[in-house]
Amino acid sequence: MEDFIHRNMKRVVITGMGIYSCIGQDLDTVRDSLMSGRSGIIADPLREEMGFRSFLTGSLPEPNLSNMLDRRKRLCMSQEAGYAYLATSWAMEQAKIDSDFLAKNEVGILYGNDSSALAVIEGVDILREKKNTTLIGSGSVFQSMNSSVTMNLSVIFKLKGINLTIAGACASGSHAIGMGFMMIQSGLQDCIVCGGAQEVNPYAVGSFDGLSAFSMKNTSPKEASRPFDADRDGLVPSGGAATLILESYDSAVKRGAPIFAEIKSYGFSSNGDHISVPNVDGPKRSILMAINNSDVALDQITYVNAHATSTPVGDYNEAMAISEVFGDYKPYVGSTKSMTGHEMWMAGASEVIYSVLMMQNSFIAPTINFEKPDEASSKLNINNQCVRLPFDTCLSNSFGFGGTNSTLIIKKL
Amino acid sequence: MIEPELIEKINRVLAEEFEVDPAIIKPDAMLMDTLDLDSLDLVDMVVLIEHNFGFTVKAKDFAEIKTFMDFYQFINSRMDGSK
Repeated sequence: MEDFIHRNMKRVVITGMGIYSCIGQDLDTVRDSLMSGRSGIIADPLREEMGFRSFLTGSLPEPNLSNMLDRRKRLCMSQEAGYAYLATSWAMEQAKIDSDFLAKNEVGILYGNDSSALAVIEGVDILREKKNTTLIGSGSVFQSMNSSVTMNLSVIFKLKGINLTIAGACASGSHAIGMGFMMIQSGLQDCIVCGGAQEVNPYAVGSFDGLSAFSMKNTSPKEASRPFDADRDGLVPSGGAATLILESYDSAVKRGAPIFAEIKSYGFSSNGDHISVPNVDGPKRSILMAINNSDVALDQITYVNAHATSTPVGDYNEAMAISEVFGDYKPYVGSTKSMTGHEMWMAGASEVIYSVLMMQNSFIAPTINFEKPDEASSKLNINNQCVRLPFDTCLSNSFGFGGTNSTLIIKKL
Repeated sequence: MIEPELIEKINRVLAEEFEVDPAIIKPDAMLMDTLDLDSLDLVDMVVLIEHNFGFTVKAKDFAEIKTFMDFYQFINSRMDGSK
């Protein structure tokens, strides 16, 4: 029976990618940033003024959508939905998906998002001041819900398949790809827009800042995010949006779409432990599930894109989990968050794009600011300079609050 | 009597909010059709009036308004009433 199921599983490939991030708003710029180790982090004066402990954030321009979308559509979109709209438009263009294809096929959307704080707070501020709910305006409710991205993009692109937001904390984007992978693999869908979006504004991260989880290296923004380094002191919040078009191999070949990589496997687990403090066991089980469910041997994985956010405990435990799984075999391990900061709900999707760009262009991005290993990271093979190396298989980890873990294995085609 | 300055202001804020060419706004034209308004837009009309004319209405107050002239008279009467 198991053989029968596996024989009938469809292969799932990536046919388009689009990204709006603090290290670039097109794939070529993002590739160059990854190669050169360019940081997208700044110190934000507004956060200092607002009483934040950490003033650090990923920096990206606000998109101007006025020439692309009519008033009603723009009015209903949250900040992160705007980022996701652009990323998705570019991904569809690369995948050669047009309105005719969308009209004739049940294309779905599974997107990671776990907050829309700016819209909620702006709406509540009006209510408190005016004491009149109508004066909040017609767009606020559609901006305020966690499903802001999927509800808006499904309307704009007239999508007719699965339509769902995945809220899995900092693993949301990765789980969205994993869920899309399973739906296409099983034959329920042929093509799904997958990704993750993260708003970038002080309101989105104020309470997070209060947990002392963010780096305090306010005077040296480019050096603040230092995953696996012994002197790391917390993460740097960031965001944007990343979209991948997932499609069955058969569908992609049939319509002559470009095929960039194949999703080989999805692993997941829950720590069943502390709400904010990660452990070793949960991530380890997620990684093992992804490996055991794939036809990829351990030593075929050349690069591990770690979750590593630059927090003391998180990075330590992930390093232990990776070293315990891989044993004597030492794949390159890196964290692109050293350059991007922690893109949170977006990160699991953007980091798959970063990894695919590395495989396409034969390099492994540096983990910048990694200068001094600690006891756990000394067990890993972490490069702090760009390594030029052709490779075709990588593994990407994403973990989140509540102990949610997701692991994807990707192979270049 | 409606002051021309008030009509001019109403036309300007409607054209800006609903992103239409001001030239299509004429006193006897139908308000909802010309501005392509739906029920959600009437919520924003309430916001627009509060922001620009300083009084609060309810969406149901628009029930009798058909033309732009009706709208000018509605705004004018409410502004007179608040003086």
